[in-house]
Amino acid sequence: MSTASLSGVRESGAFGPFGGQFAPETLMPALSELEDAWEAAQTDPAFRAELDELLRNYVGRQTPLTLAPRLSERLGGAQIWLKREDLAHTGAHKINNAIGQVLLARRMGKPRIIAETGAGQHGVATATACARFGIECIVYMGAEDVRRQALNVFRMNLLGAEVVPVESGARTLKDAINEAIRDWVTNVRTTHYLIGSAIGPHPYPMIVRELQSCIGREARDQMVEQIGRLPDAAVACVGGGSNAIGLFHPLVDDPVQLIGVEAAGEGLNARHAATLTGGSPGVLHGTRTYVLQDVDGQITEAHSISAGLDYPGVGPEHAWLMQTERAEYVSITDDEALDGLKLLSETEGIIPALETAHAIAYAAKIAPTMSQDQHILIGLSGRGDKDVEIVRDALAQRGG
Amino acid sequence: MTHTGTNSAHNPGATLGARYRQAFDAAESGGDTLVFPFLTAGFPTPEETPELIRAALRGGAAGLEIGVPFSDPIADGPVHQTAYTQALAAGASLDTALDAVRAAREFAPDAPLTLMGYLNPFLAVGATNVADATDQALADPPGAAVGEPLAPLARMAADAGVDGMIIVDLPVEESDAARDVLAEHGISLIYLLAPTSTPRRIATVADKASGFIYLVSLTGVTGAREQVAADFEQFVGRVRALTDTPLAVGFGISRRQHVVEVGKLVPAAIIGSALTNTIASAPADGRVAAVEHYLEVVTGRRSEETSA
Repeated sequence: MSTASLSGVRESGAFGPFGGQFAPETLMPALSELEDAWEAAQTDPAFRAELDELLRNYVGRQTPLTLAPRLSERLGGAQIWLKREDLAHTGAHKINNAIGQVLLARRMGKPRIIAETGAGQHGVATATACARFGIECIVYMGAEDVRRQALNVFRMNLLGAEVVPVESGARTLKDAINEAIRDWVTNVRTTHYLIGSAIGPHPYPMIVRELQSCIGREARDQMVEQIGRLPDAAVACVGGGSNAIGLFHPLVDDPVQLIGVEAAGEGLNARHAATLTGGSPGVLHGTRTYVLQDVDGQITEAHSISAGLDYPGVGPEHAWLMQTERAEYVSITDDEALDGLKLLSETEGIIPALETAHAIAYAAKIAPTMSQDQHILIGLSGRGDKDVEIVRDALAQRGG
Repeated sequence: MTHTGTNSAHNPGATLGARYRQAFDAAESGGDTLVFPFLTAGFPTPEETPELIRAALRGGAAGLEIGVPFSDPIADGPVHQTAYTQALAAGASLDTALDAVRAAREFAPDAPLTLMGYLNPFLAVGATNVADATDQALADPPGAAVGEPLAPLARMAADAGVDGMIIVDLPVEESDAARDVLAEHGISLIYLLAPTSTPRRIATVADKASGFIYLVSLTGVTGAREQVAADFEQFVGRVRALTDTPLAVGFGISRRQHVVEVGKLVPAAIIGSALTNTIASAPADGRVAAVEHYLEVVTGRRSEETSA
């Protein structure tokens, strides 16, 4: 990564040819300020101590690593382990990043926080962290997602956040990010934009990765503790890719196969959100990465049954991990994800989020091809309570 | 490779930034404040764009900003978002914008013409299949990686008669490769500065700029405002102290009074959303006349009282 300078003009953070800072001029000084604040916080023991205390006593870290014996038996191959981010406060990994960035915003003296949300998990996490510190919180959410995730909208309201429905475009996550960036361009002096995934201009992909790396660090230690070695493969779902990069990053120098699972929606030849497996390099939301686009370079709409994966871009570090072949990216359809959700629910008594169900479904494909002394680590990024209504309707529609 | 490279085809012999220099020199030696209207290519339809452009030039536009619509315009307010969406739905593309440039160049051989847009549609012109990319292209940092893919566009734009390009989401940090590629085709990369820009950033932009520097009058997205931002004068002063490059101001300029006001500080004003609003609210058969009339008013050729 680049090193910060106080000059306001610097080398931007790059992951090979991906990443960078493709942002409007108005935001560039704010990105510099954020990078400086982050670097200062990283070397400040008081920041680390406060963050660690909150992660332990407020978020509930460390989260457990759970063996899934009945699922493993059912699949008849590798042993499957679940890193239980669903048990973190607010029910998903998003809180790790939200708490960290709220602390950062306080250091920068920004009294107002804005965020985007797709499924609502990041919005809820941000509203939660803002409530904990009494900071004003505005969450942009696509109007279609507001409809799909009405309960999460209510949760955010309960937490004191204002939810702004976004009516432009397909009215999903991409459009919420556009609107959040517009707010930031307008209110940049007083506002911190709390991006929820490892996307956006530098330094966001780096900050979010670092704040989510507790997932991989803990899981790594817990695997060694429980089986005396590392897993053979680590599997996580990828929309923007924050839980995946959090799981992968601490394992990147280890002999562990890294597999990111994207949303194939209705299939890669139909509507989907599989940016790495079905897209091409481009620039979106301040970063050079893989995007879904047409021949004119217009960004196309993504589709997934899971609102949290419904994004036509992806974190630039994943593009780099794919190009260098350090990680492998695959995709799972809406239908397969529903099967994955049912499978984990029935075998282990854990209802995963629809996002997470993509990782379960792919692990279920490869586990039978592996031996019983091999181990798969799945990032169980969130719980599925928010999705039960969508799942009920989808299952009813296809007949179970 | 040289910064004084020639434009090809339609404007042989033009040096980098020559038309800007000519226009700004005239304004700074006592002429009228230059008004550069911004028109979205393909709004409301691709068919109407050339005629609307000629109307703007007839009405008194000193040059033009021709906008390439994009699906995700993060620095634009609702007026331009709607215009882009409508233009794209009507089939607008980069070709629509280049057709518009050709129409303008034919009508006004000396007017500085600026192509404005977001990076991704510009990159798409020169996108290579990932499988065909060279090892070098795969190893370049992001800023370098967005240089060479702009070459086919730069060639097409130069042939059409473009003098400069504004790429909203290409800040100075990432711009060196793009700037060089454009300069090889005689096209200036027009940089933006905002009220939030630090002195160091202003100095860096001043060092790299050609054509003119686009001052964003306020911290915000595009859109008409009642008044010019209160701290604009101070902002101009900070930039002026560091560069002699001509300055133009945009964002929030909608009325003759604004043009007169900012004209005391900078030689050129860019008008976008207000003109888009004018087009949007005119009857279908009255758009050309509305654009011409609007330009006459904001350039002071016709008094505001007589405006219908």
